[in-house]
Amino acid sequence: MFSFRRRAKPADGSRTVSLPCGPETRAALAMERRFVAMTADRSLRARAGAGSARRILRSLVLLPLFGLLAGCNLVVMQPSGDIAMQQRNLVLASTGLMLLIIVPVIVLTLLFAWRYRASNTAARHDPDWDHSTGLEVVIWTAPLMIIIALGALTWISTHTLDPFRPLSRIEPGKPVAANVKPLEVQVVALDWKWLFFYPEYNVATVNELAAPVNRPIQFKITASSVMNAFYVPALAGMIYAMPGMQTQLHAVINKAGEYEGLSSHYSGSGFSRMTFKFHGLEGDGFDQWVAKVKQQGSDLTRDAYLELERPSERVPVTYYSSFADGLFDKIVGMCAVPGKMCMHEMMAIDAKGGAGKESRENAERLQYDNRHTQRGDEPPGATTPASHRAPKSESPDADKTHEGSGQGHSAPDQTNN
Amino acid sequence: MFANTDLQHLLLGRLTLEDIPFHEPILQVTFAGVAIGGIAVLAAITYFRFWGPLWRDWLTSVDHKKIGIMYVVLALVMLLRGFADALLMRSQQAIAFGANEGYLPPHHYDQIFTAHGVIMIFFVAMPFVTGLMNYVVPLQIGARDVAFPFLNNFSFWMTVSGAVTIMISLFVGEFARTGWLAYPPLSGADMSPGVGVDYYIWGLQIAGIGTTLSGINLVATIVKMRAPGMSMMKLPIFTWTSLCTNVLIVAAFPILGAVLVLLTLDRYVGTHFFTNDLGGNPMMYFNLIWIWGHPEVYILILPAFGVFSEVTSAFCGKRLFGYTSMVYATVVITILSYLVWLHHFFTMGSGASVNSFFGITTMIISIPTGAKIFNWLFTMYRGRIRFDVPMLWTVSFMVTFVIGGMTGVLLAVPPADFVLHNSLFLIAHFHNVIIGGVLFGMFAGVNYWFPKAFGFRLDEFWGKVSFWFWTIGFYVAFMPLYVLGLMGVTRRAQHFDDPSLQPWFVVAAIGAGLIALGIGAMIVQFAVSIKNREKLRDVTGDPWQGRTLEWATSSPPPDYNFAFTPVVHGLDAWWEMKARGFQRPISGYKPIHMPKNTATGVILGAISIAFSFAMIWYIWWLAALAFVATLVVAIGHTFNYNRDFYIPADTVARTEQRRTEALAARV
Repeated sequence: MFSFRRRAKPADGSRTVSLPCGPETRAALAMERRFVAMTADRSLRARAGAGSARRILRSLVLLPLFGLLAGCNLVVMQPSGDIAMQQRNLVLASTGLMLLIIVPVIVLTLLFAWRYRASNTAARHDPDWDHSTGLEVVIWTAPLMIIIALGALTWISTHTLDPFRPLSRIEPGKPVAANVKPLEVQVVALDWKWLFFYPEYNVATVNELAAPVNRPIQFKITASSVMNAFYVPALAGMIYAMPGMQTQLHAVINKAGEYEGLSSHYSGSGFSRMTFKFHGLEGDGFDQWVAKVKQQGSDLTRDAYLELERPSERVPVTYYSSFADGLFDKIVGMCAVPGKMCMHEMMAIDAKGGAGKESRENAERLQYDNRHTQRGDEPPGATTPASHRAPKSESPDADKTHEGSGQGHSAPDQTNN
Repeated sequence: MFANTDLQHLLLGRLTLEDIPFHEPILQVTFAGVAIGGIAVLAAITYFRFWGPLWRDWLTSVDHKKIGIMYVVLALVMLLRGFADALLMRSQQAIAFGANEGYLPPHHYDQIFTAHGVIMIFFVAMPFVTGLMNYVVPLQIGARDVAFPFLNNFSFWMTVSGAVTIMISLFVGEFARTGWLAYPPLSGADMSPGVGVDYYIWGLQIAGIGTTLSGINLVATIVKMRAPGMSMMKLPIFTWTSLCTNVLIVAAFPILGAVLVLLTLDRYVGTHFFTNDLGGNPMMYFNLIWIWGHPEVYILILPAFGVFSEVTSAFCGKRLFGYTSMVYATVVITILSYLVWLHHFFTMGSGASVNSFFGITTMIISIPTGAKIFNWLFTMYRGRIRFDVPMLWTVSFMVTFVIGGMTGVLLAVPPADFVLHNSLFLIAHFHNVIIGGVLFGMFAGVNYWFPKAFGFRLDEFWGKVSFWFWTIGFYVAFMPLYVLGLMGVTRRAQHFDDPSLQPWFVVAAIGAGLIALGIGAMIVQFAVSIKNREKLRDVTGDPWQGRTLEWATSSPPPDYNFAFTPVVHGLDAWWEMKARGFQRPISGYKPIHMPKNTATGVILGAISIAFSFAMIWYIWWLAALAFVATLVVAIGHTFNYNRDFYIPADTVARTEQRRTEALAARV
């Protein structure tokens, strides 16, 4: 009925098996066994010592819950990057801590509901019993203890896993060497595709991201028109991509493979198809990839960018062998369109106390959101009567149609017009 | 037909025939259904000559009981609409894989998920909660009505106006395609031109006014109108949770109003609060909307907690365990709910210390919530539990809600949130607490207080059928979403590429189907109960061996609630009165001072619909006219001095005599 394949295909041969993951799957027992094997496998590769022992224990505790699902590609639970792995461990540790109290509550609820049912006259009935200082202390203290533990865990992990914080390690026990410079990738969420700049290599790509295995990556993230979130589940948690602002994410991929990337913040009609592939490349794979981009790509000039930036969906992978100087900074500053004032310029004026009445002359240069309308593109959230289609329909309105709007408009070529 | 003339533009603004979705089959069917249903209802009202009573006794009523019932009816009607949206989404996501586009293009799908969220929160959960509070609180504190009876009626009609405004977008134009909180810059004038977001703004603004006013009303009622002897620490627990909820409403809803005004200014007059232009900042909107939005969650859940407390102690035949700690837990939740809003956007890139502060405050809320769960648990301990329908909902809630609470605390750990935010895990979490908490609570409340409101119980069998379909349906529908979230699947997607996800979505769709059966069973339950009402009749006014004052009066209560204001000596006032062999006084009645019905609320509500429709479609003359009309009617109402009357003592005596006879006939 359905065909199942794991989405990520790590190089590690033992894991490329096609596994069923629907509800009509093989026996849960077999999966549990597999999960144990996987856990053991992972632990072997991890640093020996108390840490991995704890992890095995933790996994064993959670077996009943996750055993059933082990056959699935629960990418969040089986990531391939160290940051995502630490986040996964945090999910498991927090869940384990909370189960300490959740399980007894559920069991007691069902137990009391059964034992004190009205038909069971053998059970004691104590209609006026409504207070017990001892019990009150327990029911406030028990959750408090767990929250203190969880709060400490939260404070520490939030700081160590702060996406803006440069990595200190590549894997457990493998600190980042002093001479390693992170790979900088500048990410732009466009309507509705992803643009990646590699300033170190002077190349750029659309809807394809690659990085060498075990080299720290520093993402600088922004958006061109509306908000999105940059998310590669196998690599690290998400962070918002916001126009006029730059967020950061530090991560590293530990296993070669092809992974899914997506936008995880709704951004308009092309949102569902705003996906890309992330390649973790081993050995000289990354250099070869850069060479391929250089060889097959064209130049991303400012004009080509402005054409690319127009709304489009299902955009195929596109390579750029070079890009205009400072293009990413202009995008962040919302001044890629010639004549617009960059944010830093405005901020400099403001820092000096503002331009007073004369600043009115700058108003036009600071209008940024009206690009879609001015170019005749359908804005990402347009509704009738301002959209180019009949209400609640995909079919374009006969009178209102024109090129550049809607689906099927693929990425424009990199022409200099 | 109309050329695009200036005259047409002047008369109809930007509205043209092309904005009505004639061509869309889903809407044709819906419209046909609504039209046939509507005509049938109108015909029935005419046939049974119900127009007069409907207008005199219901629409213009200032009686808190009638208004409470109308709120719940509104919630149930809107539940059908919101749930229809849910079915559309579930079926779309179950089929739209690979080459299959499904049957809803993004333009339509995006409106559906936006409408689903808006309707379920603002026009199902809120009216449900407000309706129950309206009905029950004055009865529980031994009052004859709320503090401001006309304001109550006005609040209700503003809520209805908001709902109608949103519903109009189904057949005239389009609804927003922004998600239920309409985040800018997507919701700004440049990114979302057209009527969609305007429907959203005006629908919520008007309903929000109603909610704020009803919050003020209930706070005043609880603070000022308690029966003699009912000190704050003798308040029934549902009234306590209602008080906290209404304090939250009064403090939070003005923020929603303000942020909507700012967005309105951005969209209508070209300001730049939340745009990317001219120094505007969308992040400010995120903060403001969630400073309202997070307390809103507690506004919904606290009254549900109150219902569960009442139900547990009534059906266990036992005092509520730990009343004092229950009250403190409620108050602590009320205060803390203002200190957690940022956990809705950890991924925006705040510093680690800011994120952990909000993460930890969020976790702290689970301590009083946990204490509450334990209190219910120990109320059951050594109880004598009767598993009537309200108690079934309560047990199901206790199991379901702790699971939702656990995933909620998990999402409060910022680094964990980074991998789960905006995913279907999040969707599963909040449906877990809103369905498993709020909705289950409301259903428990409806089954619990229905005999009070109508004098007969709801049918037990169909209630249980509905309960099981809802509970099982909930698990089947939402547990797969937890799994999908762990598979890295994000929310609001109209289409997926990976076919291995499909089985989970199919299961979720089946779950939605089970919930549909649960809703169906609930409708059957109402129908069967009305048909068998003589068999289900309760003349005692106290069908469940209740403990609080609402069970002291007849079912349904007389207009004046209590012939004599009860005097309260302890917690569980009615229970103690019964224990001390309370005898109903049957003489010495005095005339009772009551508020008079008024049509002003209905009229203002109707004008508000015209106003918002005119603003949405830029029909400026109508907007101006409606605005002036609002002022005229509102000011005119202040000159209405004919607003109260006395129920004569002999009318009270006759009413009470009938009850005496009914009680005697029963024995």
